[in-house]
Amino acid sequence: MNGYLLPAATFVFLVVFGRALYGLGAGSLRPGRLTLISMTLGFGLLTADLWIRGQALRGCPLNSLFDVLIFLSWSVVLIYLLIGPAYRLSLLGSFTSGLVLIVLLAAQLLPIRRAPAEPVSRDAWVEFHAALSLVAYGAFALAGLAGFMYLLQDRQLKQRKAGKLFYNLPPVTDLAVANARLVWLGFGLLTISFAAGIISGMPVNTVKFWTSLVIWFVYAGVLALRQFRSLAPRRVAVLSMAVFAAALLALPAIQYLSSPR
Amino acid sequence: MNIVCAGINHRTAPVEIRERFAVGSHELEETLGGLRSIDGLAGAVVLSTCNRVEFYTASVCPIRVMDGLRGFLERRSGGADTPLYTHDSPESVRHLFRVASGLDSMVLGETEILGQIKQAYAQAADLGATNRHLNKLFQHAFRVAKQVRSETRITRGATSVGSVAVDLAGKIFGDLSGRKIMILGAGETSERTARSLVSRGVRTVIVANRTFDRAARLASEIGGLAVHFENWQRVFDDVDILICSTAAPHPIVTRDKLIPLLRARGGRPLFIIDLAVPRDVEGTVNDLEDVYLYDIDSLEEIVRQSLDVRRSEVVRCERLINDHVRSFLGWMGSHAQFAP
Repeated sequence: MNGYLLPAATFVFLVVFGRALYGLGAGSLRPGRLTLISMTLGFGLLTADLWIRGQALRGCPLNSLFDVLIFLSWSVVLIYLLIGPAYRLSLLGSFTSGLVLIVLLAAQLLPIRRAPAEPVSRDAWVEFHAALSLVAYGAFALAGLAGFMYLLQDRQLKQRKAGKLFYNLPPVTDLAVANARLVWLGFGLLTISFAAGIISGMPVNTVKFWTSLVIWFVYAGVLALRQFRSLAPRRVAVLSMAVFAAALLALPAIQYLSSPR
Repeated sequence: MNIVCAGINHRTAPVEIRERFAVGSHELEETLGGLRSIDGLAGAVVLSTCNRVEFYTASVCPIRVMDGLRGFLERRSGGADTPLYTHDSPESVRHLFRVASGLDSMVLGETEILGQIKQAYAQAADLGATNRHLNKLFQHAFRVAKQVRSETRITRGATSVGSVAVDLAGKIFGDLSGRKIMILGAGETSERTARSLVSRGVRTVIVANRTFDRAARLASEIGGLAVHFENWQRVFDDVDILICSTAAPHPIVTRDKLIPLLRARGGRPLFIIDLAVPRDVEGTVNDLEDVYLYDIDSLEEIVRQSLDVRRSEVVRCERLINDHVRSFLGWMGSHAQFAP
């Protein structure tokens, strides 16, 4: 049963994303309740997989790069389900399914495997710190997606062409607001997770720590500049995409350098 | 039982003829009464809009009813030659489904016609002029129109410069309530465009015109504020949408003038609609961040794109309609008896 959960979740996100692409090509794109239901189903399957893995490890299921990627996918969908319907950003679900699909496929197709399911003993604050960090990255991921959607819509408006996506993408103002709020959300969660890490007394002089600190400072800078109105929404969108992409691409290297050898 | 349709529309008759056949609501009861006196006619609905006057009837003897309808309309037009079209089932059914879906409208895919059909049917039903077959036909037509709209792109995009401006403003700002417009040059097109935006909730309109009286007149008409033309930059800070249509021979809004004004805006988008020829706004202004400049050509290009999209959807719409025509005729076949 456990072995089928991830392929099943991947299939669900593939269907959501494939349906969005097909709808876009055929000119009948209708994101709505079906996307939300499918995303909830995919989230349920990922939750079940992580729950079983957590039971086996008797702790938070974050024992390898594979685990981290699955947990990150779960976090992205969690944030989408929490804020997506509230922001009513058309197509956010379709874009989210695409990103989650890529991360899930990377986890399952790259030469990485789940570490053996041996119970590990970790401090509760460390577990909380690790899990919350990944939920923060889920928010940053959605900020990056909102930024990507902003850039697409901005480009269409600048080019003065009502392309296929034009009528389905939300207004640039709404996307800019969602983009900034999601960066704020991720930043807040990451800050709390840092506090939890400090409380746990875990060693600070690690690759993970310094990388996370750099990311925290970059996001803090983006938010400060945005707040003082010296960073245009377009640049916030580009930065939120670039910083998240950099963090995602650096993840395997950080995980490798941090793992005991 | 057959469905018979007879009428004239914008394609078959000019407005001078259509207006002679128009049926006002005050004469609807009398007209329906007159129609029901036609031998063999079991029910009737009158659809009278600015672009068409059509009679939909149910009958067991369509030829007699068609003759009766012709006679009725000739009497109504005082014996003048009438460019009347008549359809029997299944063409009459297909015709109604096409009309309800906006495929027979002057502006392809427009949606106002569906409301007009609903009203025409409700009035006829209230007056007891419909029968079971007409009830079923019109209910079916409403379903067809809804499906055609939701499953195709026949209503996609705006089809006039004013509505394109409203669409674009929506795609930039989302909710337009509380937004502020400035009109530079109180021309007719800029006034129409501003009115379209005001009808969508825009809060404040500032009018600047070289002739102050004209600016004041327009401002009072649309509930705005007039300023002297040379002062437009002073009241520009909160403006979200700038509509330009002056007769100036050179650009009024230049990149150099706009850059300092944008600094004070804190990244708020600015939508500029340049309706003037020669243009009032330098083209390079569109390269500035958070500025979206549309001139008359780019607005008309979007109208053309919308109409192209709508035209490309006609085949899909016709396919959906044909399925529904078959389904309705199937129902007619199994309920062929004459019933009130």
